[in-house]
Amino acid sequence: MQIPAPFGYARAENVDQALDLLERHGPESRLIAGGHSLLPMMKLRFARPEWLIDINALDELDFITQADGRLRIGAMTRHATLLRSELVGRLFPIVHDAERVIADPVVRNRGTIGGSLCQADPAEDLSTVCHVLRAEVVIRGSGGERTLPMKDLHRGPYETAVEQDEILTEIRWPIRPRAGSAYEKVERRVGDWAVAAAGAAVWQTDDGTIEDVTIGLTAVGLDSGTATRAEDALRGQLPSEDLFVEAGRLAAEDCNPVSDQRGPVDYKRHLAAELTRRAVRRACELAGAGQEG
Amino acid sequence: MQVTMTVNGAEVSHDIEPRVLLVHFIRDVLALTGTHWGCDTSNCGLCVVLLDGEPVKSCTMLAMMADGHAVRTVEGPAQDGTLDPVQQGFMEEHGLQCGFCTPGMLMTSRALLDSNPNPSEQEIREAISGQICRCTGYATIVRSVQWAAAHPAEPDSADSDQPVTDSEVSA
Repeated sequence: MQIPAPFGYARAENVDQALDLLERHGPESRLIAGGHSLLPMMKLRFARPEWLIDINALDELDFITQADGRLRIGAMTRHATLLRSELVGRLFPIVHDAERVIADPVVRNRGTIGGSLCQADPAEDLSTVCHVLRAEVVIRGSGGERTLPMKDLHRGPYETAVEQDEILTEIRWPIRPRAGSAYEKVERRVGDWAVAAAGAAVWQTDDGTIEDVTIGLTAVGLDSGTATRAEDALRGQLPSEDLFVEAGRLAAEDCNPVSDQRGPVDYKRHLAAELTRRAVRRACELAGAGQEG
Repeated sequence: MQVTMTVNGAEVSHDIEPRVLLVHFIRDVLALTGTHWGCDTSNCGLCVVLLDGEPVKSCTMLAMMADGHAVRTVEGPAQDGTLDPVQQGFMEEHGLQCGFCTPGMLMTSRALLDSNPNPSEQEIREAISGQICRCTGYATIVRSVQWAAAHPAEPDSADSDQPVTDSEVSA
């Protein structure tokens, strides 16, 4: 039987109270949202907080709103809510692509986008999605609020820029015209972490030229956040199969996968190339089909 | 710490350690052992219960996190000895073999039919995709849910006849 070590428990009713509780209980206190990463780690003693601050009652962080050219997502928005949102799927198909393959429907009823990003697991799908969408994240502390680009959120595996006495409150995805996006993942079985995955977003000009593009990779050691050489190869070009192949080749070269129970290095590199190619191809198709946002 | 929640319509309140998981609260404190406890890692789905009508894996929730909420376990759906259509469906279509995964499968199926009374086969398979049947009896589980969808409970099911026809049970 796996039971976490003893800890104290407090429930926050709003963000200010959560910040107060973090301050009061000090460096060994942790926020708990859906709990599907933290509780398994606590069962195995990989994490051993002295206090858990339960933020599941923070309805103020459960929202999806379109404002000022951005889609604003509250950090406590559950995976299932994102997947149910027609607006999210229409503006950012990549989010629904990823959500459909994150864990399983029952887990998605509990897990949150904020929890996923703050866990900073290198194999986590929404982190790649947020890199690809050039997300901004909003972090609140007792001294006020600050906004960071996604590339500055993760400092390394399981390490983020959210300080111990702060809380991630919001994720913002910029909405731009003539956009398309897609996520492609290979997993060993339904609901597993990625062996490898690739996400891409493309913004085209009126004549179909790739004006801008981002490519992200999951679980294959892409430290730079996005595959910049592959992006450079695509920018300013008209979409073509040769170009997609070249982008895949460059992305695979620039990642650094490790061999583990999910597969050897050459297989993962092969996946990085193939999945990049598929994601960019589909993102271009969607951008060309007049996807708004 | 005091935890108070509604379980199958009745309020329960107990003093527990905060580290008690919901599955153990249900099984060990409330003695409702219909909910099974399996992998402990939110992979197998044996421990699924409904939290405010939505299926959740109770091995990966603290009991404290259900405080103030409504929990429904496999002991809930049958009313006065009348089986819920989902339970009846599992009987009619041989939806269980060893029975280990059954409580979780029943609760997920109940939640699916509550929100989508006529699911497609694909929707049923997607709904139970986070749950493992170690007998690999998925085909009959899907048929059981389809049976339940085709035989919804009467509005006042407590007084109505069971939605059963013996002729549908094969030898």
